[in-house]
Amino acid sequence: MPENLLEVRNLTITPAGAETPVLHDVSLSLASGERVGLIGESGSGKSLTAQSVMGLLPEELHAQGQVSLAGHDGNLLDADERTMAALRSDIVSMVFQEPMSALNPLMRIGDQIAEVLRIHGKVPRTQIPARVLALLSDVHMPDPDSARYAFPHQMSGGQRQRVMLAIALANSPRLLICDEPTTALDVTVQRRMLDLIAERVAAVHAGMLFITHDLAVVAGVCDRVIVMYRGRIVETGPVDRIFSAPEHEYTRGLLASSDLEATDDHGRLFTLKTALAYTGPRMPTAEGGEGRALAPDDERRDPSPAQRTGSLRAARGGGADGAREKEDRAAPVRDSAPLIEVSDVSRVFRARGMFGRRRSAVTALGGIDFTVAAGERLGIVGESGSGKSTLLNILSGLDRPTTGRVRVGDIRVEAASARALRALRENLQIVFQDPFASLDPRMRVADIVAEPLIAAGVGQDERLSRVEEMLDAVDLDAKSLRRYPHQFSGGQRQRISIARALVNRPQILVADEPVSALDVSVRAQVLNLLTDLVDEYALTLLFVSHDLGVVKHLCSEVIVMKDGAIVESGATDDIYANPQEEYTRRLIAATPSLAEALAAGGRVESGI
Amino acid sequence: MSHRPTGAQNPRDAAGVAAPPATAAMAMGPTESRRSALRLNASMVIGAVLVVLILGLALVSFFWTPYDPGEIDPVARLQSGSLDHPFGTDKFGRDTLTWVMYGARITLLVGVVAVGIALLIGTPIGIIAAIFAKQPWGIWIDAVIMRANDILLAFPALLLAIVFAAVFSPGTGPAMVAVGIAAIPGFARVARSGTLQVLGSEYVRAAKASNRGAPAIAAVHVLPNIAGMVIVQASVAFAISVLAEAGLSFLGLGTQAPVPSWGRMLQESQQFLSTHPELALWPGVFIALAVLGFNLLGDGLRDRFDPKMEARGA
Amino acid sequence: MLNYALSRATQFALSLIFASVVVFALMSLLPGNAAQVALGTNATPEAVAALEAQYGLDRPPVIRYFDWVLGMLGGDFGTSYVTGAEITPVIVSSVQVTAILVIAAIALSVVIAVPLGTFAALEQRNWIGVTISAASQIGIAIPNFLAAIILVIVFSLTLGWFPSQGWMAPIEGFGGFLLRLVLPVVSLALVQAAILTRYVRSAVLDVMREDFIRTARAKGLTRTKALFVHGLRNAAIPVITVAGVQLATLLVGAVIIEQIFVLPGIGSELVRAVANRDLVAVQGIVMVLVLLVLIINLVVDILVPVIDPRIRSAA
Repeated sequence: MPENLLEVRNLTITPAGAETPVLHDVSLSLASGERVGLIGESGSGKSLTAQSVMGLLPEELHAQGQVSLAGHDGNLLDADERTMAALRSDIVSMVFQEPMSALNPLMRIGDQIAEVLRIHGKVPRTQIPARVLALLSDVHMPDPDSARYAFPHQMSGGQRQRVMLAIALANSPRLLICDEPTTALDVTVQRRMLDLIAERVAAVHAGMLFITHDLAVVAGVCDRVIVMYRGRIVETGPVDRIFSAPEHEYTRGLLASSDLEATDDHGRLFTLKTALAYTGPRMPTAEGGEGRALAPDDERRDPSPAQRTGSLRAARGGGADGAREKEDRAAPVRDSAPLIEVSDVSRVFRARGMFGRRRSAVTALGGIDFTVAAGERLGIVGESGSGKSTLLNILSGLDRPTTGRVRVGDIRVEAASARALRALRENLQIVFQDPFASLDPRMRVADIVAEPLIAAGVGQDERLSRVEEMLDAVDLDAKSLRRYPHQFSGGQRQRISIARALVNRPQILVADEPVSALDVSVRAQVLNLLTDLVDEYALTLLFVSHDLGVVKHLCSEVIVMKDGAIVESGATDDIYANPQEEYTRRLIAATPSLAEALAAGGRVESGI
Repeated sequence: MSHRPTGAQNPRDAAGVAAPPATAAMAMGPTESRRSALRLNASMVIGAVLVVLILGLALVSFFWTPYDPGEIDPVARLQSGSLDHPFGTDKFGRDTLTWVMYGARITLLVGVVAVGIALLIGTPIGIIAAIFAKQPWGIWIDAVIMRANDILLAFPALLLAIVFAAVFSPGTGPAMVAVGIAAIPGFARVARSGTLQVLGSEYVRAAKASNRGAPAIAAVHVLPNIAGMVIVQASVAFAISVLAEAGLSFLGLGTQAPVPSWGRMLQESQQFLSTHPELALWPGVFIALAVLGFNLLGDGLRDRFDPKMEARGA
Repeated sequence: MLNYALSRATQFALSLIFASVVVFALMSLLPGNAAQVALGTNATPEAVAALEAQYGLDRPPVIRYFDWVLGMLGGDFGTSYVTGAEITPVIVSSVQVTAILVIAAIALSVVIAVPLGTFAALEQRNWIGVTISAASQIGIAIPNFLAAIILVIVFSLTLGWFPSQGWMAPIEGFGGFLLRLVLPVVSLALVQAAILTRYVRSAVLDVMREDFIRTARAKGLTRTKALFVHGLRNAAIPVITVAGVQLATLLVGAVIIEQIFVLPGIGSELVRAVANRDLVAVQGIVMVLVLLVLIINLVVDILVPVIDPRIRSAA
């Protein structure tokens, strides 16, 4: 390579007033037209690296080192704002993570695209409207003509991200930086967006620096990969080599823990600690090979003999001696009737206008039917707006169905009295998605975990001992009791959340996207913990997720939801091996998988 | 009062623009939070010092003042500052320092009573409105409460106090009550938006899923989480009421003679502006210090309690 | 959008009706009655009865309320029991004075605050930005009447540049009119500018943190240009709301300034009416002030969606 498009040498970034840098001595280069993935978890410094190239570092961060870009002489870190502004979009462009806030809410889409053309003056003024239209067509915007006059809030996340891409590539830059461009999007939208980015970058012959935490995404899009960890580059190399023979311990760990199809000797996902035993992604060599490989695990995970009765505890009245009573009932009695039965459930929300004038009905759920046997692990898969959250609220007695019947244990949820609902909630607990929002910031961990016990009227001494026991079960030490949530990391908070859900020994655990906000390496740990606890406490698990990989690993049964209805349901392996519905097929195809991405990698390269 | 001190207490909550100092806290949590901790301390410490100063003046005045506030000395009229009278004397020869000390009492009394009224009425109203707003059948109750709140907003503190002075004769009592009532909407809005935020949070969903009842949720989750915002509001409302009392007394519609009050001192100084401008100096300085103190305290507390900062945490 | 405007207008009307009931009820709460108050405690029962009959005060409160409201709708605020004079002309002339004062003051404070606040936000970390912040914090703590006194001492009594009090209508002499307007307007505007500066500063700081500003810079705009093209319009939304509230408080805050500078504004009339216990005048003036406050709120409510398409389509 005669001259590299981008050359970063010894980039070190230090916050003002701090001693320790957040980015240490980072060096990387990118050849003209090359597509490089920058991989790392939160706090790895991957975004800071990109921001220094763009000259968009927050003011309170001081960068040292050398950043040079073809088409500009000298160190970009020394360039003033005016010089940088002239380079941005002309030579180097960027697409950001959050499509919802990246566009000016007060300006029409067309004007925002036209602006970037006007700033750099490469297109004659009279041709700008036509060029805007062409750019919108290039990113496959449906109805590009009227899209010009739309405001950002009138578009979906995927559409806004298309607009961002159109803006970024409007002046045919030589380098495109993508900072987690698909992380905030639904799976099926994500796949289309990735294809579009690859297509457009190839079309304008640009190089690309693709920042992501998702290895599977990188595998499909990039030629070369740089792995970052805690502000340092730990490894760099071609995609094939990194993914098949990682040299650095962390890369191996990251790879191992993001591979949801591989498990260790105990049937658990690999974590950073156990990654040594990981042998690399299993390539789909023969038809159906994967499915068979997983089968033994699934058997082992089948409902344990210590099956509990389907009857709910509070039907007999809870009280302080509830715990003992529960031990008695943990006797192995097999119930033939399903534990949860949902038939023809719909939920319609009425939106009310000012003074109740305009009313419109939104159907969040329409005619849902399914059953869950005791001890089953059911995955509920769907994208945003599929109605899965509404379904969860109904199951947990936080909301009532408009029509239809829901039975959980002995309790008819749709007609339940307040007492019956209390009983329901004692038996069914939820782990929420956002580990930062689901814990009260002003309560100590001890009080957070004890909350269900207080509501159940458990005495103080027993409360404390059970909270301690539960924290131990989720691998948090006793010192945590006196601490506040902000003193914990995301993964630890999710453990606290799990401890709270299980402290009152419910029969059913509902997990609402419990790992979607976590880093990959932490995700594996939390999923393993969940698996262990589900086994140990013989729980019935309802696991809601947009991530098919996670569901496939964890659940024996799955229902696929779309627009408030069930598209398809059945045994997880069957659905994966042989999806009957078009939507399911699309969902499966869109889910990034390491193995598939690697296998397809060659095709993408040759396709340019 | 023509003053609406800084920050998120703005009665129309859309404009709740606090000024959190942390720009892009991003990846470097500890350093950034240490820095902003230092910064907010500056506001809070200066504010607290000023508030303690005013409080100290008022407390000391109960035990000791240089002179009796009613003590008239025809010989020592309109004196400038001296060893005998550090702040000088007024047209009757009364000691200005003594009057400033006594004036602090009224200022604090009006503030405490007015803020007390507004806090004790406004906060529960806001919490109740938010709880109803969360019920599908209770939206209209929330709407009615908030409309009533808006209507009350059409009566700024000073206007309401003037009306009260017209209906019940002018005095400290009606002034306190009027300023207090006018401050209710501020508290109601802060409490309502805070409560809505808490009630919409996942931890409240978790509490409900754990069978916690509404009273327990209000006590355990809502109150501790909105307390910070309410305290900030109280501090700011205190500043507003100091200004309102001074303004009313200046108009002769607030604290009546012979009770010493900064606003009336300022008003009486007017006729001697050309000859003895320092008569206006001391009451003016202390009004400004009191308002500055409570505003700074509110600012400092806001930085401390701002939920935006909280969320960044860690 | 039309629906939104209609619903805001309805709300405005309801608020006004409710406020009129409150004001009327408060005035009727009075111990004794209006006639007694007007005549003083020494008046004979016969004289009180005669006055009551003369002004129809012996009728039931509901009738009197409607009489009052219908009168106001027709532009008639009634007759003072104390002076026997028509109140409407007094209100009409004094409102003009106050309006000139308040509008000039808010305009001046916006002119000062918007650049200053923006600058303070851009130079957040420099000594200039910190100085502006500190100065505005101190400015907020100075009541407008204190500012007025200081200005009078300096610019009138010491330097003699401006008269210390008085009013001249524009038609009597425009120069004199402006000269007398300067000190009152500046003393109102300085404090407002301090408050507004802080709001502008924090609104701009908030906007500068927005993702779309980063996008604008990624498009090739400098930080400052990104702020001017994309930021200020967004920052204007909270600032307009605040400015509306300020205008409303300014209206009432002008009462004291009018007293100090002896301006024949509505505030002066209100204080005089209260001092004379002229309840009819108080009622009328308070309603006018409430009406103006509500109009300001209405204008702000309608202005915000004009700027913000999100609110427009939600409305």
